[in-house]
Amino acid sequence: MRDQMVSIKGINDGLHIDLDPDQEWNVVTAELASRIDQQAAFYAGAKVTLDVGSRPVRRDELTSIKALLDRRGLTLACVQSESQTALDAAVALDLRIIALNAAVTPNNNDGVGAFSSEEDGTLGVLVRRTLRSGRTVHSRGHVVIYGDVNPGAEVVASGDVIVWGRLRGNVHAGADGDTNAIVCALDMTPTQLRIAHMISTSPPDKRHKAKPEVALVRDGRIIVETWQ
Amino acid sequence: MMAKVVTVTSGKGGVGKTTTTANLGVALARLGKRVTLIDADIGLRNLDIVLGLENRIVYDLVDIVEGRAKLRQAMIKHKTLPELYLVPAAQTRDKTAVSPQDMVTLANQLRQEMDFILIDCPAGIERGFRNAVAPADEVLIVTNPEVSAVRDADRIIGLLEAERKGPGRLILNRVKAEMIRKGEMLSPDDVTDILGIKIIGIVPEDEYVVPSSNSGNPVTLMENSRAGKAFHNIARRLMGEKVPFLPLEEKRGFLHQLGRLFGGGGA
Repeated sequence: MRDQMVSIKGINDGLHIDLDPDQEWNVVTAELASRIDQQAAFYAGAKVTLDVGSRPVRRDELTSIKALLDRRGLTLACVQSESQTALDAAVALDLRIIALNAAVTPNNNDGVGAFSSEEDGTLGVLVRRTLRSGRTVHSRGHVVIYGDVNPGAEVVASGDVIVWGRLRGNVHAGADGDTNAIVCALDMTPTQLRIAHMISTSPPDKRHKAKPEVALVRDGRIIVETWQ
Repeated sequence: MMAKVVTVTSGKGGVGKTTTTANLGVALARLGKRVTLIDADIGLRNLDIVLGLENRIVYDLVDIVEGRAKLRQAMIKHKTLPELYLVPAAQTRDKTAVSPQDMVTLANQLRQEMDFILIDCPAGIERGFRNAVAPADEVLIVTNPEVSAVRDADRIIGLLEAERKGPGRLILNRVKAEMIRKGEMLSPDDVTDILGIKIIGIVPEDEYVVPSSNSGNPVTLMENSRAGKAFHNIARRLMGEKVPFLPLEEKRGFLHQLGRLFGGGGA
């Protein structure tokens, strides 16, 4: 149980603001505004990572909280959430996202690894648009991009990364060290591809022809195979 | 008729935003439209120089916003085109002197009296960019056929989509057909392949552009400039006309065409 509905913590590059997912949205945002206003000068200029927990924050709600922070000189940079709705809203607003939905497993608080990936699947985040330069998606689960990942965009996942489109930006699968993680793309020409602690780059372009490929780790190095 | 507000932006600096804004303004005015150009690049103003109006500035954008001047007082009339006006940027202030809401208010004041309001956006993705984009009905993204400019254009399109101003249309500026043919420069197809948005114009590299900007006479005023012709066509497309694209290269002799057939490669 949390003791306050808005918690504000300093993190290395700004503020981490945690909003209670169970309280009324209006009440929480009003509380946030008044908390900031109490120390307006102290908070001004900060970059904010907003953790909305499991609340399915809509795009208009996120827009209004972004404006609320804006008016106080704070910048909303990143949204951390377990809700696909909130993540979609953040992606639409060009914010960095950190998807926590892998943590929402049944009986999560038992401390038992309660779900088996073979039976229930593993949770992840689906992004149904092209990631343009400067956009990042972070997830504790898998990431599926329905669209391209352009150069300058970045995807980081603890699990696998599937790109139903052209992968030309940076991608990191198995970011917590899982060497079984894979990266799939319909056209695999990433700027840089990482799996766990390994890094590789695409070979220089020689008459490259787009085909579906899978990158995985074998014998301690990243290899790319044609998908079939 | 309500004016259409068009913002010219790019992300990267030096790709030709100001030249494009000035030339489109001149072209639209010559096509009989009432046009106001707004220079949103506060602190680094240039549009007045390219239009040859630097010595006529009395009031600027910040004077209007802060109430020292009426909008009409700050609008500078072009020397030869009676329906072309410029609202210059302030040179001594910075981007924070104006808010996005100020820009919306300003544009709305002009909408009744104009056909087009063109806003010259500063480089970058910060406050100046947000100011310039806030009132836009349409956004034109200027880029050059090189990787760094296209990368920045991609970033800008992403930001425009987030502001629901996107995706905008693309102007590919400073294109050298010769280099594209040799595979040394990105082709229009290469660029749209990455950006995935429509091209509204392709402007060839043209040696007339620099001297004409220096002398305050945009190339569109010159009859024999290929860049001027391209800007003129973009202006017509902005007005909703269907205008075919100019060929990338000027017509050459039969031998040249033959040479291209045998191993010239894919321009």
